[in-house]
Amino acid sequence: MRFAPGALYLLLAMPFARTWLESTMALHMLMQIPLLAAIGVVTCRSLPEHWQQRALAGAGGPVAWVLVALFASSYWMLPRALDAALADPLHETAKFLCLPALVGLPLALAWRRLSVFGRGFVLTNFSSMLAVLGWLYLAAPQRVCNSYLVSQQESAGRLMIELAVLLFCGWLVTLFATTRPAHGRAHAPAPGARP
Amino acid sequence: MSFSVRSLAATTLVTLLGTGVLWWGTDGLDAYTAETARRVEVLHSPRPLPAIVLEDQDGRPFSLQEYRGRLVAVDFIYTHCATLCRSLGTDFQQLRDRFPRGAQARDFALVSISFDSGRDDSARLRKYGDTYGADGVRWRIARIRDKADLEPLLQAFGVVVIPDGLGGFEHNAAIHLIDRDSRLTRISDLGEAAELAQEIEKLL
Repeated sequence: MRFAPGALYLLLAMPFARTWLESTMALHMLMQIPLLAAIGVVTCRSLPEHWQQRALAGAGGPVAWVLVALFASSYWMLPRALDAALADPLHETAKFLCLPALVGLPLALAWRRLSVFGRGFVLTNFSSMLAVLGWLYLAAPQRVCNSYLVSQQESAGRLMIELAVLLFCGWLVTLFATTRPAHGRAHAPAPGARP
Repeated sequence: MSFSVRSLAATTLVTLLGTGVLWWGTDGLDAYTAETARRVEVLHSPRPLPAIVLEDQDGRPFSLQEYRGRLVAVDFIYTHCATLCRSLGTDFQQLRDRFPRGAQARDFALVSISFDSGRDDSARLRKYGDTYGADGVRWRIARIRDKADLEPLLQAFGVVVIPDGLGGFEHNAAIHLIDRDSRLTRISDLGEAAELAQEIEKLL
């Protein structure tokens, strides 16, 4: 289990896996890129606790780390960056380094220290970014990425909107589930009180 | 340094660096796609083109370098195309008609290059040319003579062609302007023939 992220990383870097996961825009954006970021999340969780604390303390808290993840994920959502990754091995290498190190890892580092409000900000921001980009892909009359067909672009756009809605709904459900018991406790009768 | 000051400093630093990277990655928030990026790039630094042998609708070999000293509009097509290439053909007709005769006509040529060398033989090119009135002199319809030259030529122009799975292709639909030094100097969008003609007029 300990070596699972490394093994998955190597697997994703294999030519056959790259060819398959980059063959359509949906697989590239919604499978390969999230998997690379997820490797960063799992790697962060396996780091010694005091390293994580030191990294958080060094940046004065989670905000800077959230911003690192936000900027890096914004860059890799650019159609131009996707095209560059497919056309230029240097850019492809940068993608494989950046997504775990600058998206997954900082996000995992910051997540535990974020308040409900902070997590909500991250999730709503990410969902809206995903939805807007998905809508753009659906609405664009021509290829936005030179490397993919318009039909693939539309399908990726549709999936991105669906994923954004799911993420947002998932967050709302989590929010409801975590706040309800507290609410219930507030109104619970005191021990020994009459019904 | 207190915790909040450190947070502020780190946040500011990340914001500056992140904005810088996004600024650099989009050419100053101008180019979010590779297509726009290549247009911005050739405007700032015209791109030299490889000397590749083409063959026109009458089977005559030529290269784009032979047009040195003149302006050339180039588009990439395939004759089976029923959508974008037809619009490109109409744009080229407009450009040709804008400079019908005289010194301007001698100084400006048009070349349509087919990337479907497998199917587009001379007969098909001639038929395509006849549809739009391409005379084979001012406006030549061409194919790549050696198939191995196709990829370098497309790469030099920044054109990406992908099979659409239905026997056709999806490709960048644009008009490429080559300057008097045989460099790719401007890329205009489909349907912007009038604006491009104005630019060409200034250069003639």
